[in-house]
Amino acid sequence: MDFADTPGEAEFRAEAAAFLERHAEPLTGANAVIRGRVPDEELLRRAREWQALKAEAGFAAITWAPEHGGRGGTPMEQVIYAQEEARFAVPRGVYEIGLGMCVPTVITHGTPDQHARHVAPAVRGEEIWCQLFSEPAAGSDVAGLRTRAVKDGEDWVINGQKIWTSGAHYADWGLLLARTDPHAAKHAGLTMFVIPMRAPGVEVRRIKQVAGTSNFNEVFFTDLRVPDSARVGAVGAGWKVGLTTLMNERLTVGGSVGTDFDEVFAFVRDLDTEDGPAIRNPAVRERLAEWYVRSRGLKYTRFRTITRLSRGQTPGPESSIGKLVTAGKMQEIASFALDLQGAAGVVTDRAVAPMGALFQETLLSAPGLRIAGGTDEIMRNIIAERVLGLPGDVRVDRDRPFSEIPAGKR
Amino acid sequence: MNFEFADELLAVRDGARSFLAKNAPTAAVRRVLDGEAPYDAATWRAIGELGWLGAAIPEELGGSGLGHEGLCVLAEEIGAAVAAIPFTSACMAAEAILLAGDAEQQRALLPGLATGETIFCLALAEGPGNPHPRAVKAEVRGGRLTGTKWPVADGGIADRAVVVAGDADGGIGLFLVELAGPGVTRTALESLDPTRNQARLDFAGAPALPLPAARGWAAVEAVLERSAVPIAFEQIGGARACLDMARDFAMERHAFGRPIASFQAIKHKLVDIYVANELARSNCYYAAWALGADAPDLSTAAAAARVSATEAFHLASKENIQVHGGMGFTWAADCHLYYRRAKLLSLMLGGAPWWKDRLVTRLELTNADQGA
Repeated sequence: MDFADTPGEAEFRAEAAAFLERHAEPLTGANAVIRGRVPDEELLRRAREWQALKAEAGFAAITWAPEHGGRGGTPMEQVIYAQEEARFAVPRGVYEIGLGMCVPTVITHGTPDQHARHVAPAVRGEEIWCQLFSEPAAGSDVAGLRTRAVKDGEDWVINGQKIWTSGAHYADWGLLLARTDPHAAKHAGLTMFVIPMRAPGVEVRRIKQVAGTSNFNEVFFTDLRVPDSARVGAVGAGWKVGLTTLMNERLTVGGSVGTDFDEVFAFVRDLDTEDGPAIRNPAVRERLAEWYVRSRGLKYTRFRTITRLSRGQTPGPESSIGKLVTAGKMQEIASFALDLQGAAGVVTDRAVAPMGALFQETLLSAPGLRIAGGTDEIMRNIIAERVLGLPGDVRVDRDRPFSEIPAGKR
Repeated sequence: MNFEFADELLAVRDGARSFLAKNAPTAAVRRVLDGEAPYDAATWRAIGELGWLGAAIPEELGGSGLGHEGLCVLAEEIGAAVAAIPFTSACMAAEAILLAGDAEQQRALLPGLATGETIFCLALAEGPGNPHPRAVKAEVRGGRLTGTKWPVADGGIADRAVVVAGDADGGIGLFLVELAGPGVTRTALESLDPTRNQARLDFAGAPALPLPAARGWAAVEAVLERSAVPIAFEQIGGARACLDMARDFAMERHAFGRPIASFQAIKHKLVDIYVANELARSNCYYAAWALGADAPDLSTAAAAARVSATEAFHLASKENIQVHGGMGFTWAADCHLYYRRAKLLSLMLGGAPWWKDRLVTRLELTNADQGA
């Protein structure tokens, strides 16, 4: 075992670091806010500029083939670039959905014309994408979606509603999964489309989240008309096309970070209690140890995944546990850190709340992480079925025409 | 980044897995459980001949020179087989002798340890309580040991003991005692895990030779930390075996017209075990590297591996019984072998709360160093 780069990896890392040092500021407490906050006009402008710079330097689509504007690099190089970029205050959260999920789906399943139209502008940051899968009645059960696309001559006419759509309010394009045949079985009646988000017939409404911010949207379609050339993959093949997107989503979300051991460790060392610093309390120490081994267990699990990538292998099943463990741990840490603050734990004013209200904000954002990109329960099902090889659920709706499947009231 | 064991160690692991499946089935463990033998002598002899016990011992001292990473991959397989052999004690004694023995003692003792011809035990505890220097009442005066140690894992079958005792200077040291010699009385103790021997050792002026190269409580802690790493691999091996058993049973057992593995209550339970096992495995990998490389953060890495492996084996062993239902609670099913072993391994180096506290203490020290 060793933790060193191969010579080729070291060379790439040096190139990436040189690019970042030339064009970006190192991350500090003061400029960290640029990452992860809900994008506003200013952040979108800076994100566009940064994306264009990355594209110019060949870091915007590292693993994509050169004919798609990529570098033809390895997944390991993607990991190395992400590790290096994490040290810098660069805008994030705007292009991940497009370049991580939507456009790879178009590349895999789309036509040469679609490639020519969409890939290059996305890589250069000129166009932003959103993903239009989830619906009010189709969350974990995405294939139960009801948005209809009806063929009318050479066009498709789309009516329905999507929800939980990150970035829909500033996106240029959306990857939309719609039902084209309600009389086919649930998974067989779906088709994928690329739709223009600023066309008449598309209405975006912001959703205010638990934390008070609004990055999600509802998107309504009223007689939206798109040509058949907007279809991605065959009619009725939408589920298979969509699985490409969802697998990418889980990899993308699984790598996210947030409030973790280091933050709560710093907090309990500084927090004064009747018996001295809170870290002297055995109950606190026990929890710290548990979070430490989960946090470092995940870190070293990522090392195992990176090792496989470095050897040119695909990530092993262990890489699927990241989001499940991270989300629950964040919620526990936040709740416990607030318990130690007593009545003041309710105060969210950043000027007075400990650590700039980090734990208060985490308490309110953590429930979303346990749901987005596959709920804890769906993640467990996926690990059970794909990793442990356990049987799938008994599906009472699988072979019935979608139109005959009972719908609930919520 | 190469965070995986070397190919030759993976081959060693695979060889060990098939060897134990063939030669150390749970039927052999059950002969010890049922009191027909004090330990599985055939397996012990065989793995001694194969060089497993000497994996971390240098070749010039009779070891096989595989290194600590090699010892760890073998420990995982021994844990998975829930083998009824004094392996854990051999790991602890080897660390003690490598750390505190002088060159002559190492030459005299380690070859026998490596072949398994000499069975060693480590005598630390003196009744209930986690390891603590003030709990050490046994003492050596003029080369004679007086005091009582219990429980001593494998104390009833060992030839030699490494004993933690006070010395004439009022400090603490490690001493070597011949258990067949004068002044030693051994009493068997019944225990949670009858597949591993437990004894009370009474010393009344037994001849005791100091291991002089490392002294004080720090030496005892170093032995515990360094042993904790291969033992954590034994624990994740056991946890892996429990998950495999639970999965196989759930796939075959039908209820309500379906395999019970198709119910989310069972699926999610098995996933929680899988997640705990993977987290523990990753912590163990890092600790194996830290032990092999003598890394500065070995103490932290060993404690983290110990804490997560203990939690994983506990969870896997108890939920394995739960998945098996009533059958899992019978003497005939193998589930209880792992449930017993999980608790034994979690206790014999000090319980989980003690290791969690040590882990946080190490983190406080490391963080203070970084701040300074």
